[in-house]
Amino acid sequence: MRELAYYEAKLEALSEIMAADDRVHLIGGSFLSLSPRRMLFKKIEEMYRDRVISPPISELGFCGLAVGAAMTGLRPVVDLSTGSFIYEAWPQIVNEAANAFYMSGGRTRAPVVFHLLHGIRGAGAAQHSHSPQAMLWNSPGLEIVLPSSPRDVRGLLKTAVSTDNPTIFVDHIQLFETRGPVPESDDPIPFGRADIKRKGNDVTVVATSYMVQRCLKVAERLGVEGVAVEVVDPRTLVPLDFTTILSSIEKTRRVVIVDETHRSCGVAAELAARILEERFDKLKAPIRRVATLDVPIPYSPPLEDFVSPSESRIIEAIQSVLR
Amino acid sequence: MLPKLPRETLLDFCRRMLLIRRFEEALVGLHDAGHFSGHYHVYIGQEATGVAGLSCLESGDYLFTTHRNHGHLLARGADPRRLLAEILGRRDGYNKGKGGTFHVAAPELGFVHTSGIVGGIIPLAAGAAYAAKAQDSRRIAVCLFGDGALEEGAAAEAFNIASLWKLPVLFLCENNGKYGAGRSVGAAPSLTMAVHPLIDLPRAYKISAQQIDGIDSGAVHQAIFDAVATIRQGDGPRFIEAQTVRWPGSETNWPVVPAPTEVAMAWEVGSVPTAARDWYRISDPLLLFIRDLVEARQTTREEISELDRNVRGIIDDAARFALSSPFPEPETALEDIFA
Repeated sequence: MRELAYYEAKLEALSEIMAADDRVHLIGGSFLSLSPRRMLFKKIEEMYRDRVISPPISELGFCGLAVGAAMTGLRPVVDLSTGSFIYEAWPQIVNEAANAFYMSGGRTRAPVVFHLLHGIRGAGAAQHSHSPQAMLWNSPGLEIVLPSSPRDVRGLLKTAVSTDNPTIFVDHIQLFETRGPVPESDDPIPFGRADIKRKGNDVTVVATSYMVQRCLKVAERLGVEGVAVEVVDPRTLVPLDFTTILSSIEKTRRVVIVDETHRSCGVAAELAARILEERFDKLKAPIRRVATLDVPIPYSPPLEDFVSPSESRIIEAIQSVLR
Repeated sequence: MLPKLPRETLLDFCRRMLLIRRFEEALVGLHDAGHFSGHYHVYIGQEATGVAGLSCLESGDYLFTTHRNHGHLLARGADPRRLLAEILGRRDGYNKGKGGTFHVAAPELGFVHTSGIVGGIIPLAAGAAYAAKAQDSRRIAVCLFGDGALEEGAAAEAFNIASLWKLPVLFLCENNGKYGAGRSVGAAPSLTMAVHPLIDLPRAYKISAQQIDGIDSGAVHQAIFDAVATIRQGDGPRFIEAQTVRWPGSETNWPVVPAPTEVAMAWEVGSVPTAARDWYRISDPLLLFIRDLVEARQTTREEISELDRNVRGIIDDAARFALSSPFPEPETALEDIFA
């Protein structure tokens, strides 16, 4: 099977989506943010000049515009670039898009995609390092997607554009150079299907987004030491494939959750609560969460590393549930 | 001034304006009788804008409105029975009781999404206009909002984008605050808005803007007719501020009917109760329209009284329908989250 870099798979998906459906309009940036690869987006821009739109710096305005256009026949895909910028558009996303289908009693659909790059990109400091997906998960009506591999970004992006619901596509710039197999004729990946990224019998690690790659590295290292780590990637938070997570836990009976949202009321907190409600009696050790510490993201590299779900913290957590 | 339109059309306007008035008056009664409890806003005093203004639209056009939406929906032909059922939270409402008074959506009438958030719909309407333009359609979008929405950043961002991209959207600002609290006479709400007159704001974004008397059906019809024509031919967005005088019943936190409207008040000025006399004599677009119709011999007092009886019958029937519609099953709260 051919191998692609993550950014290549993502651009390929965007090209295929644009070619397949002229209701799709790309509004915003290059979908590659500050990555040195961003110039590659130019090709799509030049090919579809009428459908690749550069708006003013008005997140509230152009996200609302995309929602309104989605309600009336288009399928806009908005690139908010840095995830933190979604807060500028919050009212249009969580209070208009998320509620439209429900408030109308199922009559108005808003098939819009908001693409953003969450998490610690490196020296982004407090205002450019957010992971807003936990807050968004607290806003019923939004689908939330977290790709972690070249194959997933391609397949999930296609599904995001094809569903009739507002979808938040939560990407991570640190994934862009990751390489992996991507079949030529890859089908869209349905939402709500977790993927076991590595099989193992000793401990379940549930991880999302870039943390999946970090956990795979840790699993590789621990594998050498004889610890078989199973890495489960939910891929979408809404809808959530809880069945796959529970089956893995029933097998290993030990679980660590690794996620880049903050610890309090974060993605790991929610998953831990649900696991306890369902399978408390099956666990051999308390659940451990490895999340971003409850502080704003600091600028200086050692500080940044200290608050993030680092490899050393993941290893420590896995070892503690194995004791 | 009456719109320069055939008699049948004028009588239809009159019927629709009466329908809105009777609907809203009945609604206050239903609220006070405890049939629904949420906060709500009525359209009394703005009927000329809703009826004469929105009559200039085509059936495929999009309308985005606010918490004060009942009149807009009725003006565009909404079924009063289903509208009332929605406001009472009943199963047969337009949105199965999930939206309520602030959020009535009726896509088949062009009402795609109705938002109770001040200014929330302005970017959305620009988006519908963007879609219409991208699809090379004749459709335009109309965005209905109050003067307060101009205080929101969403308005500024949407005006800029709509102007830059020449989007086919009419921003129809219904300023019901002429002479209202916190305002100087005929002015914008000067306590909360530094821009005066309000049309200076869209004009700063190079949007052609006009202030009109929202009580005068003829002025409203002409201005909106002209604006819609230029928007439809691709000249970009337009902004109209329709000024009306706030109905005294809306001055309170919760609507109160100071004096129920009698159509005879149009020709027997002495019959207007002292409570709110000035408003009903000078500022009521409905009574003004009826007076003009009768004086222009387009109709008779008898014909108006007959029309009113019919409309009252429709509203009585709507109330019976809404009150007998069952509440939704509680479990349906878990439906319609995703398409």
